[in-house]
Amino acid sequence: MIKLPGLTGRIVVAGASMGGLRAAEQLRAAGWLGSITVVGEEPHLPYNRPPLSKEVLAGRAPFESLAFALRDSVADVEWRLGTRVTGADLDDRWVELERVDAEGTEGAGERLAFDGLVVATGMRPRRLRCPGPTVGRHTVRTLADAEGLRTELLRPGVRVVVVGAGFIGCEVAATAVALGAAEVTVVDPEPLPMLRPLGEVTARELLRRHRERGVRFALGTGVTAFTGDERVTGVLLGDGTELPADVVVESVGSVANTEWLAGNVLDLSDGVLTDEQLRVGGLPHVVAVGDVARFPNPRYDNVPRRVEHWCIPGDTAKHAARTLVSHLVGETAGPAPFAPLPTFWSDQHDFRLQSFGAPVLGTGDVRVLDGDTSGDVVMGYHRDGRLVGVVALGGRAAAGAAVRYRAELLRQPALTAS
Amino acid sequence: MKVVVDMNKCQDHGQCVFAAPDVFSFDDAGRLAYVSEPDEALRAEVEEAADVCPLQAIRIEA
Ligand SMILES: Cc1cc2nc3c(=O)[nH]c(=O)nc-3n(C[C@H](O)[C@H](O)[C@H](O)COP(=O)(O)OP(=O)(O)OC[C@H]3O[C@@H](n4cnc5c(N)ncnc54)[C@H](O)[C@@H]3O)c2cc1C
Ligand code: SF4
Repeated sequence: MIKLPGLTGRIVVAGASMGGLRAAEQLRAAGWLGSITVVGEEPHLPYNRPPLSKEVLAGRAPFESLAFALRDSVADVEWRLGTRVTGADLDDRWVELERVDAEGTEGAGERLAFDGLVVATGMRPRRLRCPGPTVGRHTVRTLADAEGLRTELLRPGVRVVVVGAGFIGCEVAATAVALGAAEVTVVDPEPLPMLRPLGEVTARELLRRHRERGVRFALGTGVTAFTGDERVTGVLLGDGTELPADVVVESVGSVANTEWLAGNVLDLSDGVLTDEQLRVGGLPHVVAVGDVARFPNPRYDNVPRRVEHWCIPGDTAKHAARTLVSHLVGETAGPAPFAPLPTFWSDQHDFRLQSFGAPVLGTGDVRVLDGDTSGDVVMGYHRDGRLVGVVALGGRAAAGAAVRYRAELLRQPALTAS
Repeated sequence: MKVVVDMNKCQDHGQCVFAAPDVFSFDDAGRLAYVSEPDEALRAEVEEAADVCPLQAIRIEA
């Protein structure tokens, strides 16, 4: 029997957020004519997450404005929402599903066969394991999270403690100040906010700007316990101080949603490891996209890393779809290795952080490229004397200046080429 | 094809300018300017621009 490549068969996409949507679109763009089923645990069609810690929290963006527009090319995609993937056998090619809703779970154990699989299950917030009450402690990853937190931030005279000075923590702190919270304190064991990704000079400047706009900081110390009976009333720090708190936001990093892949002989130590074509476990019929994918980037040092930036679901989906479709339709040559230029932004108060490239690889050699540190500034990050990343801090002028260096980053030879 | 950018949403990220420089650009004041009826041949570029806009402010109408 002649099998018409790409016309029959099913690709299952696990995870129905931005990565899952972009994967479905790109599978069609790569010529896949078979069926596509996207399975997602949340009850919603894919929506945009960045506004959750900014406009949604501030009450400036209703849910309808977050949903991604669905292109005609994905009109025949089957969406299995409110459904969790609980297991998979990558050799026998099936996933196991379970319905989830407010009442609990049902239909556990349904098997769905696939020819190709896209892993797009993303991350969930890491939680603090400290003694004390859990009521009043929040994270921000989903729409439900953001809506729940917003209600609490609107309580008059509210005192907020944000644990974790990463970009989500910094954004939430800025939004809380703008909403009129009585006190907003950010706690982090590191001496500066966003120190690891930005390096000392930029992080110090970020701290100054936040303080100037009313955010307090308790740095160089971690949380040891929460106080209160039913509900949180305070946060106990490692240095012995107790911060009163009506609301706590935990933004202490994230954990990959990969439990469902257990038992398949994969490296799941930090997300799901892929090769330079985004294939998982060396299998040609399984690819990973988005936050969960730990991929090597030959533009830099080829060390596999996860990149939790908004641009990555789109970039990885485009590449992974071509990898998968070319295998399933029996083409031998896959696409050239994946080598994206990461871009990232974060809006905090009235300023924006805009980054291109991989500043994290060049925090040991940071130079001012444009402007001055206390105003609109562009910082260059170097490794072995080469520009590997730029970060702009400030208003529109800074972001505009950073754009000029983006082209320079694209021209740089690969770090591995030395 | 017809392109509409919701200028109330647009925050000058410029991602569309990287993706489709023939259609999107910044004017001298640093504000986004764009061709509202680009040639059909630019569809792939424009779709890419709509995908990468962080504010999802770009709509392709027909
Ligand atoms: C609050 C917030 C603000 C952000 N702001 C910015 C920003 O300003 N700039 C920037 O560059 N990036 C930002 N990001 C990062 C960006 O949003 C992420 O990189 C992006 O959402 C990743 O998309 P994804 O599809 O890979 O993963 P996710 O969005 O995490 O999606 C994974 C989906 O899979 C589902 N899922 C998980 N496990 C299962 C399972 N077993 N079965 C079925 N479904 C499952 C989840 O419910 C989820 O819907 C922000 C992220 C957050 C949370
Ligand atoms: S990418 Fe979106 S927000 Fe940025 S300039 Fe273009 S339309 Fe505006």
